Amino acid sequence: MAVMMLFLIVLSLVLGGTGLALFLWALRSGQYEDLDGAASRILFDDPPTK
Amino acid sequence: MLPTLAQEATPSVCAYCGLPSQPGQRFCCPGCAAAFETIQHLGLGSYYKERLLDPSARAPRPEQSDRLAFGRFITTDAQGRHTLNLAVDGLQCGACVWLIEQILSRTPGLSEGRVNMTTRRLRLVWSGPIEDATGFVDAVEALGYRLVPYDATQMAASRDRTGAALMRALAVAGFAAGNVMLISIAIWAGVFQGMGPATRDLFHWVSALIALPAIAYAGRPFFTSAIAALRQGRSNMDVPISIGVILVSSMSLVETLRSGENTYFDSAISLVFFLLIGRVLDHRARAQARASAEQLLALQQGDVTVIDSTGTSRRLAAGHVEPGWQILVGMGERVGVDGEVVTGQSSLDASLITGESLPVAAGPGSIVYAGTINLGEAITVRATRTGEATLLADCVRLIEAAEARRSRFVVLADRVARRYAPVVHICAALTFLYWWLIAGAPIEQSLLTAAAVLIITCPCALALAVPAVQVIATGRLLRAGILLKSATALERLAEVDTVVFDKTGTLTQPSFALVNATEVQAADLRVAAGLAAASRHPLARALVAASGPVVIAAGVVEVAGQGLKLATPHGEIRLGSRPFAGDPAAPPALGPEIWLHRSATLPICFRFGEQLRPDANRVVRALEALGLRVRLLSGDQPEAVARTAASLALQQWEGACTPVTKVSRIEAMKQQGSHVLMVGDGLNDGPSLAAAQISMSPATGADISQNVADVVFQGERLAPVLAVLRMARRTRMLMRQNIGLSLGYNLVMVPLAITGQVTPWLAAAAMSCSSLIVLANSFRARGGKDLAWP
Repeated sequence: MAVMMLFLIVLSLVLGGTGLALFLWALRSGQYEDLDGAASRILFDDPPTK
Repeated sequence: MLPTLAQEATPSVCAYCGLPSQPGQRFCCPGCAAAFETIQHLGLGSYYKERLLDPSARAPRPEQSDRLAFGRFITTDAQGRHTLNLAVDGLQCGACVWLIEQILSRTPGLSEGRVNMTTRRLRLVWSGPIEDATGFVDAVEALGYRLVPYDATQMAASRDRTGAALMRALAVAGFAAGNVMLISIAIWAGVFQGMGPATRDLFHWVSALIALPAIAYAGRPFFTSAIAALRQGRSNMDVPISIGVILVSSMSLVETLRSGENTYFDSAISLVFFLLIGRVLDHRARAQARASAEQLLALQQGDVTVIDSTGTSRRLAAGHVEPGWQILVGMGERVGVDGEVVTGQSSLDASLITGESLPVAAGPGSIVYAGTINLGEAITVRATRTGEATLLADCVRLIEAAEARRSRFVVLADRVARRYAPVVHICAALTFLYWWLIAGAPIEQSLLTAAAVLIITCPCALALAVPAVQVIATGRLLRAGILLKSATALERLAEVDTVVFDKTGTLTQPSFALVNATEVQAADLRVAAGLAAASRHPLARALVAASGPVVIAAGVVEVAGQGLKLATPHGEIRLGSRPFAGDPAAPPALGPEIWLHRSATLPICFRFGEQLRPDANRVVRALEALGLRVRLLSGDQPEAVARTAASLALQQWEGACTPVTKVSRIEAMKQQGSHVLMVGDGLNDGPSLAAAQISMSPATGADISQNVADVVFQGERLAPVLAVLRMARRTRMLMRQNIGLSLGYNLVMVPLAITGQVTPWLAAAAMSCSSLIVLANSFRARGGKDLAWP
């Protein structure tokens, strides 16, 4: 029981920590610098390349 | 032939830029036709389906314009890759971003061409020859966008370290708060289900291990600010926040060590988390306002044309010109140096330096100053003083001196904190002494009760009271085109009791207006505007504005420094200066003028003058109704100022003010205890903008006044002055209510804490409730009619 609980606590922390690390990476790589642009970019298809 | 009513009801618009075009024509001008052709050829036609033309933005009609030299803006890294940053004018919607990037992706040689829509900037990266930049920029400008290079290192918004650090702190705090709260749920569930003390201690230890490092990291913005304030012997809101967070954490740690029943790690870390949300939003709102203001500035800078001894010309930054060089100043261009006219006769708009609204004549031998605009023919100027030695630079130094004198303003929250913190800490100390010495309680229990007082008074709601209102109000003003550049602007605006206006460009419109519209035939005006639409001259722009949207006449030829001409089957039409198209026998002009000459008829004169902003009168009345004193200080001729004052029914006015007298008038008003808002736009207003407690400037004003002003507003109305004052008073009221609410909560809870009645669940519930009430009250800043134009 106690082992199970310890395992679950560590698991939740690892999962949360992964999320935090991913967020910090996204922040560092500039993905939060143009939120307006990102919102409208999704509406456009890439045109056929010739 | 005059257009029929039916045609006017459904005017034909250009298929590319959306501006009016000749009936039956698909495009308004060859530039639009070429842009349309380019887009079709590249198979990017879906652009038209997706785009949404924004009527407030500049229409994408390709225009010829002076271009800055890129050279000094290009940076090259070790791998030989060049980077150029450009501000984009005319961006309408996401489709424009897509179009620009698609066009650039088909331009050979470019490795990266990406538009940032939020900051409206374009970044070009390429590794070929440095001269390729011209080709990339040409490709985008041919679509009707205007690109202006800027120095990325000069732009505060592009190196926003504070913002990034706050975001990281917020992320860490959010992660820790979430996990600690999850564990708290387990602890509370355990209380009711009979959890053993060993398990509870384990949970407390896990909480401590998550919360303490997170608080140490994410709390730094508060700790550093608090330490900085304490070092200067002052107190600010961050001092009680820091003390509260540190005390709660250390008490919880002590409780954990001695296997106590309750810890408060969740309260401490979620307090940090919520306060950081406020900081991040506040920072973001102001960063956005600053970026918009910088964008406006970048679009206004200019280069000069230098002519060397061999007669060849090149474009150069004004600061790189040496005294003695000759400079060509074209029509509509800004003079970049102080100097003496060598050749050419023209009139100059010197309003930036003198505040004088009428252009002054300049001929060989006249002295001209940097910052004036050439309204007539091209002139050649020999530079006498350049760069830091110009009169312009002198004015800038005057402004800096006035800014340095500006007294430090203490924000509302800090004023409250200065009184709040000592009271709270004395309260806690007395509580401890009472329980320990008088009531005879054991020392641990006395300490716990004193700590409970500190936890209850932890200024969560109080710390949210001001920033929450500010963030909402700033965002709302930003959407209305009003940029608040200073964090304390709203609070200082709320104190204002005197509004000082400049005349030229502030009460009056920045551009000229046609004054004899009733004397000329509408048909003549339309013909003239059709020609004028092909030119960027300020008077031609005013003529087009007077006639409403017009079709550019095809085949207009610009005669440098003189005017425009158009060959028609009925003879040549000329539009321009008096010698070029006017009646030489006509009486001399009082103000700027344009002549329309057609072979068959007498030349027609269009005269221009200043015009009040459309809502100036209503705004002045509304300001007086708010109980504010309104004054007019202008550098213009007393007669012209008197006319404006009379038309606005202003009693207090003064003409012929130099920048120095303006500053002394404002200093005098401040000495009498007035809180002065200065609204001005010119360079000559710069020092007085800096001298007043708070200042506003229209976005069309000189770049220097925009730099100094705390608030920059866009649009041709004066209403933002009124709107921002109303909004400021409303936010002050809401801030005071919020502070009242959070202090009221303390008045109820502190006696309970002192008497030792506060249980942990009561503390948690009360603290969250007070914060939520304060937040809910702050959202009232969204409503209200403060921004409704009169």
